Amino acid sequence: MRRVLPYPLLTASLILMWLLLNSFSLGHLLLGAIFAYGASWAMTALQPAKPRIRRWDMIPRLFFVVLGDIFRSNIAVAGIILQGKRRARTPGFVIIPLQLRDRTGLAVLACILTATPGTAWIEYHADNGRLLIHVLDLVDEQAWIELIRDRYARMLSEIFE
Amino acid sequence: MSATILLWSLTLSQWMLVAAMGCAAFRVIGGPRAQDRVLGLDALYVAAMLLILTFGIRSGSTIYFEAALVIALLAFVSTAALAKFLMRGEVIE
Amino acid sequence: MTGLDDFPLWAAILVSLLLLAGSALTLLGTIGLVRFKSFYERVHAPTLGTTCGAGGILIASMLFFSVLQSRLALHELLITLFVTVTTPVTLMLLARAAIYRDRTEGKAKIPGFQNDVPPSSAMASDARPDDPG
Repeated sequence: MRRVLPYPLLTASLILMWLLLNSFSLGHLLLGAIFAYGASWAMTALQPAKPRIRRWDMIPRLFFVVLGDIFRSNIAVAGIILQGKRRARTPGFVIIPLQLRDRTGLAVLACILTATPGTAWIEYHADNGRLLIHVLDLVDEQAWIELIRDRYARMLSEIFE
Repeated sequence: MSATILLWSLTLSQWMLVAAMGCAAFRVIGGPRAQDRVLGLDALYVAAMLLILTFGIRSGSTIYFEAALVIALLAFVSTAALAKFLMRGEVIE
Repeated sequence: MTGLDDFPLWAAILVSLLLLAGSALTLLGTIGLVRFKSFYERVHAPTLGTTCGAGGILIASMLFFSVLQSRLALHELLITLFVTVTTPVTLMLLARAAIYRDRTEGKAKIPGFQNDVPPSSAMASDARPDDPG
């Protein structure tokens, strides 16, 4: 299986993308399959580190948690922008010690934190596992550390580690 | 009735997106530093892409979708290249 | 915009609301871009436009074309996926570039990792600020 089709997930998503860009027909399905197969072989030349997903069932849960958080923080940040200078607000940096060491999990965490308005990933040091983020409305530093550790990092380490 | 509602809301949202492009352009021109300009450029790209999508809804044709996809691709590549340039002083090493 | 008189009213209202909400959020994001005082605050502003702003307009577009052509039009999902995956990457790259520039100039007060780590590892991590961690 691995010899014939090195990246089954990548191939399937490329075929799906081809069918979304064009209309669905048997010809397009075949053409998309040929392109996706070629592209997945081209991908082996790059030799990317293969992420190992251990818990598939957690992914939809993580997706909906993130979706809800993005929606809520959109409203919160919109309120901050509308209030302007009338409300005192302290932006600041927070250093978060992380147990999560899996590279793919860290990449997903970076995307989640940056995509959510109000938090931005600044940098991460792999040798001491410390993450620096910037928070738009910093009220309680400890609360942010616990939020990110308990809400996202735990779920991500269950999925990837 | 529904055509009127759609037309008015499309016009209003297009004006809002143009205003958003104006604000982003203000940040591109005003700086004060290079990273602020790149950030403004990224926001400008996103607002322009959304504006093109609303044009697509207005004309009822899906051709605009491809243009929006190309703009989204260009936004990613150009911002990534500019950020890399700010960090290292060169893009291709 | 002709030939839309048989477009169902509920869909028109829903599309309009989504369009207005999306473009209003995008506008608010760029207003924040103008209003905020420092670069690290301004990094947060465009994410409003790229998450819920883009999401609203793209869902509106999907709904409009699905109702208009009376078949499922899902190709806007590609843009949604693309925008939500790529903007965090570009913003992270920009933030790293900005923090690198600020540190080399010694300008802004940015916390390093030196505070409560042994000095040797702190120096080691400072020596290569472009470590791809």
